[in-house]
Amino acid sequence: MQKDPSARIVNTKHWGNYFLLSIESPIIASFALPGQFIMVRVSSQGHPLLRRPLSIHAREQNIIDIFFQVSGLGTTLLSQKTIEDSLDILGPLGQGFSLEGDFKDGEMALIGGGRGIAPLYFLAQELRRRGAGVAVFYGGKTQSDLPLKDKFLENEIPVFCSTDDGSFGFHGFVTELFKTETEKKNFKFIYACGPEAMLKEAGQLCRQKDIPAEFSLESMMGCGFGACWGCVTKIKSKKGSEWQKTCEKGPVFSAENIIWLNGDK
Amino acid sequence: MIDLSVDLGFLQLKNPVIAASGTFGYGLEFDPFINLDDIGGFVVKGLYSRPRPGNPPPRLAETSSGLINAIGLPGIGMKRFTEEILPQLRKYNTALFVNVCGENEEEFAEVVDFLNGFDGIAAYELNISCPNVKREGRCPALCPEDTYSVVKLVKESSQRPVITKLSPNVTNIVEIALSAQEAGSDAVSLVNTFLAMAIDTETRKPKIANVLGGLSGPAIKPIALRMVYQVAQHVTIPVFGIGGIMSGLDAVEFLLAGAKAVEVGTANFIDPEATVKIIKQLEQYCQTQGIDKLEDLIGAVDVSS
Repeated sequence: MQKDPSARIVNTKHWGNYFLLSIESPIIASFALPGQFIMVRVSSQGHPLLRRPLSIHAREQNIIDIFFQVSGLGTTLLSQKTIEDSLDILGPLGQGFSLEGDFKDGEMALIGGGRGIAPLYFLAQELRRRGAGVAVFYGGKTQSDLPLKDKFLENEIPVFCSTDDGSFGFHGFVTELFKTETEKKNFKFIYACGPEAMLKEAGQLCRQKDIPAEFSLESMMGCGFGACWGCVTKIKSKKGSEWQKTCEKGPVFSAENIIWLNGDK
Repeated sequence: MIDLSVDLGFLQLKNPVIAASGTFGYGLEFDPFINLDDIGGFVVKGLYSRPRPGNPPPRLAETSSGLINAIGLPGIGMKRFTEEILPQLRKYNTALFVNVCGENEEEFAEVVDFLNGFDGIAAYELNISCPNVKREGRCPALCPEDTYSVVKLVKESSQRPVITKLSPNVTNIVEIALSAQEAGSDAVSLVNTFLAMAIDTETRKPKIANVLGGLSGPAIKPIALRMVYQVAQHVTIPVFGIGGIMSGLDAVEFLLAGAKAVEVGTANFIDPEATVKIIKQLEQYCQTQGIDKLEDLIGAVDVSS
């Protein structure tokens, strides 16, 4: 974990409301693991005050990528950054996806909803490097919510797409698409990131099929490194349950340990 | 060489910059970013006698130049603190303050009694002003009599100096500060957060699960500064200034208003190096102003017309 006050932006891309920034930060890049995140300062002025947590989307030597959807003032300011601008970032932070175990046989399913696809590209690459078979399930409201589908295909990572409105790929939720695939083959492990409703549905499927799973959760964060206690998630514990800091113990949690505040549905 | 040290009477600080409770974890969280020996001191997260879970999320809401929180003082309790954390904190050569909490007066005294038995603590900061624990932000610091009573009880058992942390959610903060002083408090720190609210206009839900929370950050600085100025005019004990300090110049304002030390809070979240930077900026300010001894700034605001 380190602070890089002047990480240089070396590339930017955007697709409508979705943006990708490539940031040169050798030390953070060298320690980054899939599922970890960085805290990005979006303004040097007093507003917005807080850094924004963004998962590491890809890592290539000295460079990390972040991929985000503009959803408020912070991400709007971030989307206006251009090549040669510098960013004040902290990272890599949090606990990433587990990459231990025997990956030689069986296939891993990676389920991403909307901007939740962000950490799954880095994960897919690292899993592949370890010899694992990977299938990505990528869902969005409409076709324009799937800007990264070609990126997976270009890197020979199979990707199954769905849209809620049927404008591209399977017509329906990504979890429904995933469910039809699970009828055909046995997945060894599920990794998912996306809206809460998607994660709840994925969690139920995993329980029914008895497939272990890990979910990366999104949370508002004050600091990102465990000092403010603002970003808690309810997690099963010996005593029943406890609030755990999403930034420190997560953002990736074992799916079976997550207690959803509004129930499983 | 500029002398940044401040003499509080009961304690000498190497510089006046202290990391505020609730924004600095147990201190260890900042070890990767700064040398803790460089700062004047730090106040660990509020400590009750027993572990506490804190409030349900969302616990945070960002507002214009501010942050509302309703964390609800989760923590590991005094026993685990002394077993697991305190031994690791003793290696730092800086003043360690423990922020003491209680659901009632007896619990404040119980925590202080227990901590008296352990080395490595410079002083206690009594958190009688957290707005996020009881309904509608109720806490002893809202009332002079309650403030007097809890400070008096704690002072009877405390073997260390006591700093009383005051709430800004009062009509007359000077009155409360004087109560704390009369009860024997060795210093007052102010201000804790301002009771506040934010609403999501789409869902019509409060942005904080607890409905109300405490506002901190640059948004509160001018009001906090005013309160520090008013209190410093009336008390004889040292005043610690707190409220939206983000830079060395912010700290200078509090010192000029009469604070002998400052606590840096929300800035730690945005920049974990904030305390150290503020100390450097204080030093630069003294240099450019031709001041050899930082203490000369304390209370030096010029209000003459």
